[in-house]
Amino acid sequence: MSTNGNGNGRETNLTPPPGVKLPIYMDNHATTPVDPRVLEAMMPYLTSVFGNAASRNHQFGWEAEEGVERGRDQIAKLIGATSKEIVFTSGATESDNLAIKGVAEMYREKGNHIITQVTEHKAVLDTCKRLEKYGYRVTYLPVQKDGLIDLDDLKRAIDDKTILVTIMAANNEIGVLQPIREIGKICREKGVLFHTDAVQAVGKVPFDVNKDNIDLASISGHKIYGPKGVGALYVRRKNPRVQLAAQIDGGGHERGMRSGTLNVPGIVGLGAACEICMLDMPEESKKLQALRDRLKDKILNNLDEVFINGSWEHRLPQSLNISFAYVEGESLLMGINDIAVSSGSACTSATLEPSYVLKALGTGDDLAHSSIRFGIGRFNTQAEVDYIGDRVVETVKKLRELSPLYEMAKEGIDLKSVVWSAE
Amino acid sequence: MAYSDKVLDHYTNPRNVGSLDKSSTDVGTGLVGAPECGDVMKLQIKVNPETQVIEDAKFKTFGCGSAIASSSLATEWVKGRTVDEALAIKNTDIVKELSLPPVKIHCSVLAEDAIRAAIGDWKKKNVSAKEVPVEAKAGD
Repeated sequence: MSTNGNGNGRETNLTPPPGVKLPIYMDNHATTPVDPRVLEAMMPYLTSVFGNAASRNHQFGWEAEEGVERGRDQIAKLIGATSKEIVFTSGATESDNLAIKGVAEMYREKGNHIITQVTEHKAVLDTCKRLEKYGYRVTYLPVQKDGLIDLDDLKRAIDDKTILVTIMAANNEIGVLQPIREIGKICREKGVLFHTDAVQAVGKVPFDVNKDNIDLASISGHKIYGPKGVGALYVRRKNPRVQLAAQIDGGGHERGMRSGTLNVPGIVGLGAACEICMLDMPEESKKLQALRDRLKDKILNNLDEVFINGSWEHRLPQSLNISFAYVEGESLLMGINDIAVSSGSACTSATLEPSYVLKALGTGDDLAHSSIRFGIGRFNTQAEVDYIGDRVVETVKKLRELSPLYEMAKEGIDLKSVVWSAE
Repeated sequence: MAYSDKVLDHYTNPRNVGSLDKSSTDVGTGLVGAPECGDVMKLQIKVNPETQVIEDAKFKTFGCGSAIASSSLATEWVKGRTVDEALAIKNTDIVKELSLPPVKIHCSVLAEDAIRAAIGDWKKKNVSAKEVPVEAKAGD
């Protein structure tokens, strides 16, 4: 989803308050800017410390390796793991692939059943679909209206051929938090490995691989103010020891689990990003939650027929996904084109399908087309939130004037009873 | 996706937004699309019963910027044309005028459908006018 941020076609009476630079970025679940402190940590590794971390015989290699091991340590600390349990990848998509395919291949003798759920990221869903082609059986658990799975569904789904449960910690579209600790407990009791795509949760909410009974976890650099092109996979070594079949061959790096020269500057960046999150998390999540709540209040207090998608109680503090009835998402984004957010509307997706996550919640297609996702980040300010709130309210009101659906609703017509002439 | 200047213009300054009196015999109303598809257009025309010239047109659209622009343009184009001339408007004309990318062509198709639906509705209300223009005067 791209926005035209140069002010063209901006129709608003609102001027941004001092200190607010346009366009404003509030799409932090899609990606995040690199924190200046992360960039600073990376710079030496992009300039003078350029060695290959696998070069065992000279200083250039040793210095690079030092940077990598420090990064490994920083990541491990953030999630309660040990260094040896961190495998570096090119990003969370690769980590998801490695975890799911790696377990599937390695534990084929034990079973061929994998359990996941319908609102997972495509990196998990598409990987599962591929395994189905190879003869694995995959159960896709449904979610309830609030976006959470039913733990009883999970218990019932596990059978003696189940080798892996993969369920995300936090959803990228609606910000909903799954009951990871309880899922982990169930998996432990049943002797099934538990992988979680923790991309949106790590660094934002408390996450501990031991307390939460996690065996594998995917992490992404560019979602936590680190660079793009680097991620990690946590692979448990004790109780139980998890084994993976490598998906990329070529030299046996990362304890044979992932070959390839390490992205040293990226890893240093990812490590620094994790450390910053660990230190800043308590204060930052309070601040972001306050900003998010402020935005929500501004919108809900000034507009009728708006609906929050996903559980309000079990949610990332900085995430907000709202449907604005009778207003289509892409037209809304066009009206607030000095603000970067994203929409669940079909018009904004490459496939012209509305958000499958919202569909899974039971949200009607019309409301899925009307949804906007706000992802507040470390660098957003209260002034920006206020401006965005005002612009959203102003634009929704303007678009409702243009909307035949709003007109019909105001006339008391039940839109669900209308027979539409679909194209 | 980059929007053409014309689409942005129609979005920012939509022409002829509003409603005409649905119950009037001079007014034809077309309602096309479906909320589940993310596109609903309501296009209304006010036709002079003697000359069959579309004297006024109004629209309301639930849809993306390209859909809003297509229907806004449609109201601009039908005004001043006779009903039969308006039927000649093709979606490809809209695509060309607004420089719509392939993924947005369906918006122009819906706008063309809206024009036809509005005209069809007016014709249904004015069956006699269609056949013998003179007699419509007496029926008013």
